[in-house]
Amino acid sequence: MEEKKLNIQVDGISYEVSSGKNLLEACLSLGMDLPYFCYHPAMGSVGACRQCAVKRYKDANDTKGRIIMSCMEPVAEGMIISVNDPEAKAFRTSIIESLMLNHPHDCPVCDEGGECHLQDMTVMTGHDYRRNVFRKRTYRNQYLGPFINHEMNRCIQCYRCVRFYRNYAGGTDLDVFAVHDHVYFGRHEEGVLENEFSGNLVEVCPTGVFTDKTSKKHYTRKWDLTNAPSLCVHCAVGCNTIAGERYGMLRRVMSRYNGAVNGYFLCDRGRFGYEFVNDQKHIFKPQIRVPDEKKMEEVSEETLSVYLSEALKGSKRIIGIGSPRATLEANFALLTLVGKENFYFGLSKKEQALVQLSMQILKEGPAHSPSLKEIEKADAVFILGEDITNTAPMVALAIRQAARTVPIGEAVKSGIQQWHDSALRTTIQDQKSPIFSAIPFQTKLDELAERTYNASPDHIARLGFAVASLIGNPANEVKGLDEEQKKLAGQIADALLHSNNPVIVTGIHGGSVDILKAAANVAWALSVAGKKANLSILFPECNSLGLGMMEGKPLAEAIDLVQRVEADTVVILENDLYRRAEKQTIDRFLSNCKKVIVLDHFINETTLKADLLVPVGNYAESEGTLVNNEGRAQRFYKVFPSEGSIIESWRRIRDMMKMTGKKEGASWLIFDQVVSAMTDAIPEFAKISGHLPEADFRILNLKIKRQTSRFSGRTSMNANIEVSEPKPPFDVDSPLVFSMEGADQVPPSSLVPYYWKPGWNSYQAMNFYLDEPNGSMKGGDPGIRLIEQKEKVQISFFGNDTATTLIPKGKWLILPVYRIFGSEELSSMAPAIAERTPAPFVLMNRKDAQAMSPNNNGLLTLKIGQVSMEVSLRIDDSLAEGVVGLLVNLPGMAYVELPDFGELSQ
Amino acid sequence: MLSEQEKQEILEESKAYPHLQAVCVDALKIVQHHRGWVSDDSIQDIAGFLKMSVHEVDSVATFYSRIYRQPVGRHVILICDGMSCMIMGYENLYEYISQKLGIRFGGTTTDGRFTLLPISCLGDCHMAPSMMINEELFSLLTEEKIDELLKRYQ
Amino acid sequence: MERPLTEHIRQGTALTLKEYLKVGGYNGVQKALKSMAPTDITGLVKSSNLLGRGGAGFPTGLKWSFVPLGDGAPKQKYLICNADEMEPGTFKDRYLMEGNPHQLIAGMIITSFAIQADKAYIFLRWAYKKSELVLRNAIEEAYEAGYLGKNIMGTGFNLDLYIHTSAGRYICGEETALINSLEGKRAIPRAKPPFPAVSGLFGKPTVVNNVETLSWISHIVEKGVDWFKALSITGEGGTKLFGVSGRVKSPGLWELPLGIPMRQVIDEYAGGMSDGYRLRAVIPGGASTDFVPAEQLDVKMDYASLPPIGSRLGTATMIILDDQTCPVAFLHNIERFFALESCGWCTPCREGLPWVEKILLSIEQGTGREEDLEILRHHTKYLGPGNTFCAHAPGAMEPLQSGLKYFHDDFMRHINEKQCPWKKRN
Ligand SMILES: Cc1cc2nc3c(=O)[nH]c(=O)nc-3n(C[C@H](O)[C@H](O)[C@H](O)COP(=O)(O)O)c2cc1C
Ligand code: SF4
Ligand code: FES
Repeated sequence: MEEKKLNIQVDGISYEVSSGKNLLEACLSLGMDLPYFCYHPAMGSVGACRQCAVKRYKDANDTKGRIIMSCMEPVAEGMIISVNDPEAKAFRTSIIESLMLNHPHDCPVCDEGGECHLQDMTVMTGHDYRRNVFRKRTYRNQYLGPFINHEMNRCIQCYRCVRFYRNYAGGTDLDVFAVHDHVYFGRHEEGVLENEFSGNLVEVCPTGVFTDKTSKKHYTRKWDLTNAPSLCVHCAVGCNTIAGERYGMLRRVMSRYNGAVNGYFLCDRGRFGYEFVNDQKHIFKPQIRVPDEKKMEEVSEETLSVYLSEALKGSKRIIGIGSPRATLEANFALLTLVGKENFYFGLSKKEQALVQLSMQILKEGPAHSPSLKEIEKADAVFILGEDITNTAPMVALAIRQAARTVPIGEAVKSGIQQWHDSALRTTIQDQKSPIFSAIPFQTKLDELAERTYNASPDHIARLGFAVASLIGNPANEVKGLDEEQKKLAGQIADALLHSNNPVIVTGIHGGSVDILKAAANVAWALSVAGKKANLSILFPECNSLGLGMMEGKPLAEAIDLVQRVEADTVVILENDLYRRAEKQTIDRFLSNCKKVIVLDHFINETTLKADLLVPVGNYAESEGTLVNNEGRAQRFYKVFPSEGSIIESWRRIRDMMKMTGKKEGASWLIFDQVVSAMTDAIPEFAKISGHLPEADFRILNLKIKRQTSRFSGRTSMNANIEVSEPKPPFDVDSPLVFSMEGADQVPPSSLVPYYWKPGWNSYQAMNFYLDEPNGSMKGGDPGIRLIEQKEKVQISFFGNDTATTLIPKGKWLILPVYRIFGSEELSSMAPAIAERTPAPFVLMNRKDAQAMSPNNNGLLTLKIGQVSMEVSLRIDDSLAEGVVGLLVNLPGMAYVELPDFGELSQ
Repeated sequence: MLSEQEKQEILEESKAYPHLQAVCVDALKIVQHHRGWVSDDSIQDIAGFLKMSVHEVDSVATFYSRIYRQPVGRHVILICDGMSCMIMGYENLYEYISQKLGIRFGGTTTDGRFTLLPISCLGDCHMAPSMMINEELFSLLTEEKIDELLKRYQ
Repeated sequence: MERPLTEHIRQGTALTLKEYLKVGGYNGVQKALKSMAPTDITGLVKSSNLLGRGGAGFPTGLKWSFVPLGDGAPKQKYLICNADEMEPGTFKDRYLMEGNPHQLIAGMIITSFAIQADKAYIFLRWAYKKSELVLRNAIEEAYEAGYLGKNIMGTGFNLDLYIHTSAGRYICGEETALINSLEGKRAIPRAKPPFPAVSGLFGKPTVVNNVETLSWISHIVEKGVDWFKALSITGEGGTKLFGVSGRVKSPGLWELPLGIPMRQVIDEYAGGMSDGYRLRAVIPGGASTDFVPAEQLDVKMDYASLPPIGSRLGTATMIILDDQTCPVAFLHNIERFFALESCGWCTPCREGLPWVEKILLSIEQGTGREEDLEILRHHTKYLGPGNTFCAHAPGAMEPLQSGLKYFHDDFMRHINEKQCPWKKRN
């Protein structure tokens, strides 16, 4: 619907507000203090808590007015309301009185204390006297798994948890039980909350019923955290986070609003994966290999420097291996150190090819890579070959919302307000937007799909090519489809052609070049047909795309080079090569190198093989730019001040340039200089330059504070070490300061370390940082898009020469399977995530399984090439005969390049 | 597992609705009719059959007062505690029954014969006090009548 | 005096289809389906000014007219008969269903035709076992005789009629909660708008009417608006089932003209108070209506006459509070009911009612304080109409607000004497 500007009168003052909103949203957008509980900007209004009451007057002559719930009232031209009317105020106070009848008032021991929406609203309404003399009701709490703590006595029955968990996130194992004042929010019986987005309950719950269990173990009050605007590094979606530190430990991660990316939410991997930062694998000291011994020895910075300098100077040719989990700046520094001709992507062979093909598709065709917000608004979705819930969870959450785009559109046309959640649900029931999913095995999103097509990758690619040919690439007709495939292709083509905003989602996790090409063809065909061609390609790591935008050679070439003794020294940047190629290959490669210099922040198989191990800062200890799936470059900032040997990779490499006399980088002093060197050198990154405030940015001469004004113990925190109050460490690289002293104004959107407004200590203060609910951050959402589609280009469609996969006798086709918990390197070190990580398994259909393991003990040996592993057997009947899914990327698991053929035995 | 009979009855009932899940309340009643009450296992059985999560089914089950999520006796005595029955003296009758059976509201006799529960107005106000035993309504109750009724239900 | 709804009802057994046909049953259905357009029927009911008999008194024809008809409208529409009768003190719908089920079915057929619904449900209270048996039997008869099912009486109109028996909750009677319950969900009321007539059962246009309301339809179609209007004493049209329970000589239920004075029903039909009992006040139409004090017994029993004296007609089944029942205990009984039957969705109702209930109990038991009365009074406004999500809590506050007014002395005696004066006497 067209958005108009309307005039409303609140307490005698006229304001201009946008149409299509409810009155509560309008008042909040105007910065007013109006309490509420059950309303949530992403989930709309249901009118349950009755906290948002205001007075509405019929017209200027109406002096009595009547109480209405502002969240259920559409804004209307000329409407006259009062927030401060005594009767409305008294009513709001009564609501709090009701909620407080049974609330335990255990704020001093409650994790929510100090950032509790209920506390804020209680103070705001002025309820301060207890009239109730009766006993409070009490509940029994439940064990809900390693992520979430449950304390039902604090519940105020706003129903937000079930509305988020069930309606928004599609969970089925949290619900409301019983009735009247006994309603209970939890599970049918104790157990792990299964939904991948359960962590959002922590923020969605306005009080302390659902709290962060990981954070509880090293709990710190919100006001005592030193926070930084950060990014999630656990997949390529690039969700914005707020990471908080105290006493040198990362204490928790919360979601940070970004209207174009993650909105209000995070997935559980993103929220609970942070604890790897505190893990004992963290490297704090430089190490060198003791000559002629297998042992590593910790050394001082000075010693490291001597050895490093020696190694670099004494080498014939240095090659650098970059990383998709390191920042653009770190990769660029390495590239500068070794020179373009010596810079290699640290990717597997398959991934290298897929990333480069993806770059070609995104840069040279008319496909637009959509933001998460755009995916949410999709009115038709075609998924090819990605188990999105496990590879890019927040994209799955966006698709879940897209499933409602069409029916919501219909309902809104019939006069229902977009924010009126209960009316929408009543009207929509189980209608859905058309979603089609083609994937070898069952996935969670299947439940939303109009049709799911389970087949091996070659068939999926062919289906994709067929859809493309029907839409706008007739020259490329696919031969030999069966009736069912033809029908399905027709159905999908039809749905896409009838939509206004179709989105094609594919990715490189499945390892299929053909699927990627097919998906590109569909998107391009849509563009030929005059449609918007949204193509979202999902990458595995937080900077896969950023790395892909640089110029780098395949890892295999580096291996050859060293084999041929044309290079002797390798600098490996934040990359465990044992996750990129078979063990023997990497073993051989590393032993062929004269010197192996590894920069990383945690011990892994590769660091164990280093001759020189250089500790660097992880994401909480450095700053940097990452490019997400969408092609959006975003910056994260240090949570911890630099200390000791924890130095950012780019600084480490700069120092190495000083040693080798490389002038380009040797003079970099601060982060901004690396960025500008990079944006000068690589035109693809040009837009990054200047899109963010630089380190000398100030608000009224002050830096932006990472600590709240209530930060306690500033003068005594480190009194056990030193009694005089140390000067706060200076952050030369950003406009942020490690202090509670700084500007009080709202900082630019990408520099928001926490949300706060007087009276609003909870996460809900975020309302005031947005231009409107669900809208953009004030001043625009963080990040800058680097890749835009080429509009008027001659499209060269990919040919559909997909070969049919013939499975050799006695072999199985092994496809990779991912799990949100376990298949990502960094997060799997976090204890809570580790608790949710499954043991290695293979998926196969029942018939194959029976043949394989007739007595059903479920343990098998899988052999792929030289690699052999023990796996348990799980049934998934959607898998085609002879096709097996193997859970990959688990910690400690041997690398295998998939898809490939393998042998199974009991 | 639901019995064939239960499945049949649920499917029959589901004809009234456009989708299977809408029969949830009926299914709970059908299962309770056969099993006396709705155990956690019953919840699972129903959830499986209706392709719903156990949590959803339990959420519905625990809302309604006539779905018993705890075991009840062979016969359930529902004493009307509505306004008219109050005026007409249900409280004395309750005390009388309670004494006789040795249980209060919510209790089940040790021999598993009776469970005693209150119920709101039975729509029999002009013949108060009233109560139901299982599915049968009894009006204009007196102590003598109750003696006789308690004997009748074994 | 004409008693169209009940004249053929007899003690013991329900009217069979054969018997119903003999007294002219289904004539209204004939007439409506064969000679009237759906909108004509709605127009007719509108001009009859039939007010909903479920308690709220909303004009029936007007409600139907909100249902979108024609090509642009959703094809699927539903009619639901609200037979959840659980309002304490109410026993009228049961009488109609057990006595003359075909009268209701005929009304439902015509109503379905008027709103072009091809599926109709009777949402029946669980406890009404006899009604269920009678209705199932009658529905079977109607199917066999071709009044239900495909192509009814050759008119091309189809209608399937189902019975859903509830699993027990007062809130199921609230029409939008009823719809959720019929969808197999928790019976939580829905936000209005959108009204069920636009988006109701399974998101489709739906009309919900009470048993008594629907029982009228066939009569009105058959005999016309003028006839209907002439039945009442005051201007509202029609007769109404009136009931009396409590300490009267002959409690019962009678069909009488709307507008009949309350005193006449109590004295003439219910035989006056039982010996030794004095009338203190009357709850005129179910637990959610305000007390009418003894001095106001001459009030006319219709929708318009009770509001001026601070009450409502409600379901018109009166409960007489006598002088030997403690009014505080009586109010406690009412509010305990409402507190337990709150659906738990909105704050004021879910938390307010149990507090009210606890205070009433403590006053009744002699541990109440004078300031408690202020908390009670506060709640009567705080839980008022518009403040809660549905009408449950406001309904609960009606007897309380008038009770606080009329029985102030009784409350004060409890507080001052620190015990219940009625209990003391025993
Ligand atoms: C808490 C509550 C309980 C209700 N219970 C009943 C009921 O048991 N039976 C009934 O017919 N209407 C009941 N109603 C009224 C219905 O919501 C609805 O107004 C009525 O069924 C409409 O029918 P009518 O227009 O024919 O009166 C109840 C309303 C509320 C708020
Ligand atoms: S007033 Fe509120 S809590 Fe009470 S029954 Fe209605 S919706 Fe439920
Ligand atoms: S926020 Fe408006 S009723 Fe809850």
